[in-house]
Amino acid sequence: MREQLALLPEYLAAHLQLTLAALFVGLAISIPLGVLVTRVAWLERPVLAVASVVQTIPSLALLAVMVPLLAALRLRSIGFLPAFLGLVLYSLLPILRNTVTGIRGVDPAYVEAARGVGMTPRQQLLRVELPLAMPVIIAGVRTATVWTVGAATLSTPVGATSLGNYIFSGLQTRNFDAVFVGCAAAAALALALDGLVRVLAGSVERRRWSRVVVAGGTLCALAAWPAVAAVSSGSADRIVVGSKTFTEQYILAEILSGRIEARTGIRPTAAQSLGSSVVFDALRSGEIDAYVDYSGTIWATVMHRDSVGIDRSKVLDEVGTYLRETHGIVLVCALGFENTYALAMRRARAAELRVRTVSDLARAASTLSIGGDYEFFGRPEWAALESVYGLEPASRRSMDASLMYQAVAAGEVDVISAFSTDGRIAALDLVVLDDDKGAIPPYDAIILASARLAARHPEAIEALRELCGAIDGDAMRAMNMAVDRDHESPEKVGRRFLAERFGDGS
Amino acid sequence: MIELRELTKRYGGTAVVRKVSLTVDKGELVVLVGGSGSGKTTTLKMINRLVEPTSGEVLIDGEPTTVVPGHVLRRKIGYVFQKIGLFPHMSVADNVATPLVLAGWEKERIDARVAEMLELVDLDPSIGTRSPRELSGGQQQRVGFARALAAEPRLMLLDEPFGALDPVTRDKLQQSFLAIRRKLGLTAIFVTHDMIEALLIADRICVMRDGEILQIGTPRELLEAPKDPYVEQLFEMPRRQAHVVARLVGGAGEGRAPGAGAAS
Repeated sequence: MREQLALLPEYLAAHLQLTLAALFVGLAISIPLGVLVTRVAWLERPVLAVASVVQTIPSLALLAVMVPLLAALRLRSIGFLPAFLGLVLYSLLPILRNTVTGIRGVDPAYVEAARGVGMTPRQQLLRVELPLAMPVIIAGVRTATVWTVGAATLSTPVGATSLGNYIFSGLQTRNFDAVFVGCAAAAALALALDGLVRVLAGSVERRRWSRVVVAGGTLCALAAWPAVAAVSSGSADRIVVGSKTFTEQYILAEILSGRIEARTGIRPTAAQSLGSSVVFDALRSGEIDAYVDYSGTIWATVMHRDSVGIDRSKVLDEVGTYLRETHGIVLVCALGFENTYALAMRRARAAELRVRTVSDLARAASTLSIGGDYEFFGRPEWAALESVYGLEPASRRSMDASLMYQAVAAGEVDVISAFSTDGRIAALDLVVLDDDKGAIPPYDAIILASARLAARHPEAIEALRELCGAIDGDAMRAMNMAVDRDHESPEKVGRRFLAERFGDGS
Repeated sequence: MIELRELTKRYGGTAVVRKVSLTVDKGELVVLVGGSGSGKTTTLKMINRLVEPTSGEVLIDGEPTTVVPGHVLRRKIGYVFQKIGLFPHMSVADNVATPLVLAGWEKERIDARVAEMLELVDLDPSIGTRSPRELSGGQQQRVGFARALAAEPRLMLLDEPFGALDPVTRDKLQQSFLAIRRKLGLTAIFVTHDMIEALLIADRICVMRDGEILQIGTPRELLEAPKDPYVEQLFEMPRRQAHVVARLVGGAGEGRAPGAGAAS
């Protein structure tokens, strides 16, 4: 728990910055837009309709869709910007709708009186309509505040640090201290900001200017704090190490970071829990500097190559050449183990059905259900399994990668798309089915580094090269087990590896 | 002097006011009467351009009202209406001060003027710090008058200002209004559907129906020489009520104490 709390200032600062920036911009857009809508009658329906449609998009999807949109516009597509834009859009509707409702709800007698005493349209708005609509508008701002604090936890997968880092990595590594800290901090932040907005609005209404100064000052300080923190701690020479959304990736990111720090003296920043394609795009655009990917993933999903019966070293060579020539990405080397997609079943169930290979499975599949992580059924490996083996299970279920092991152990599904290095395969007594026709390509874990890192810190590349072949399948499985079964933190496990191997750190 | 020249207002194809022409002398109080839909309120609102006329024009002291923007025109014209419309987010004093703030007066001059206006409408100036919501309906409309009169308007427009008040309060406010009008020598145009009110306060009455003027005249002229059966019918009720009241008052004097008889 102490280890988790140590991360709180960083996550909370990032979360606050994201939330407040999105809210301020959301306010700056939606209140004038709401006013405009009440002046130009035909705008109301289309504007509110668009805002409502945006609101119906699940918040995670809204943030996720910013990634390809920004990439298409050649803007920074991971990190702060996509999360910020998604949250701005998300905050618009409650404020916009309440602004329109509030202004429309002003008694026409007051508007007539305002015109009658000789106010200009602008004076009517500023002196009468907006003040009278203010309680309704503030209610909208408070709704938006609470929503935005909550939705900001979903910015972790698009690469923005937030309190969601606790929740996403905690869920993946079954570290429920982290999940709890993340939830509690997000809830407390929502309540605190909501309270501040309420006090601020109430004080303005009752003209208690001293309170306005205190509440407004606190909000401004909160908004400014992350910026100050960033300036004081941030050096221009940042190195960012990325990770995807599972245990092994968190451990390897720590190991990469430790090596880079040992040689360059720069402590790399972590960009955790990125989506599988987000992390590759981020490396390509130089937003992160290094991460670990798997040769087969690049081969199949980036290069769109046919993977049946391919040779392991040939894949590695071609992937390296392709990455260097097409994207300027450096394939440092292979770590020494494979983490392949592997179809796994409970041992007893496999014996009962007499299934040992994927070919066996294909024969029995019409009565079986298969569970996969979110991306599995959309990946070329699944397509290959379908076409090579004619695999047609009775049902397919997508679920969180960390939950599918439990699902197969509990008999909720018959087969899952396990990762071959996952410690839970042994822990839950699962058997991996033999890919007898070689449909799934080899998945050597490979260290990828950005061209920027290679140019500016060749010593960092050297440091990473020391990891070549340093981790075999058993070592990786053991480390995964330490996190998934024994609930150690990925950082601790990574640091222990570094200490044992290189004598790094304490 | 106010001059309405062939004022017309159409909404779509329907004319709600048709070629209304009327001249109101300086210091005169003209009451527009008529049933609902007669166009009396629309006519009134075209004078301060709360409603823009479709055609025709209004001249104030010979100058068309369209030479200045609508809001500038309205700052020179007091406007009081049935719903009062005191701003609920402002104090009573801030409400009265609104036209003065718009006119750019200085703070001290405004404070003095607000106190003066509250006294003029028979309110204790200490009421200024209160919220309009804390006042009775009659007090609220007194504040409404104070606000309308604050910027020393040349002309007052009143749209059923006492329509929502109980009879006792209404009578008191009518008396106050007449006193203020005499004191300031105001020119006023007053809309009501209450014929007794019209007879009691008007210098001249202008009877409207279906957007047109049927007859203009002093209360006496309209009572004695209605030009139109509708006009006659309108004043039938006040005439009948007046007879009944007169008989009651006269009868009360006969059999009772001599003092009461002498007083009547």
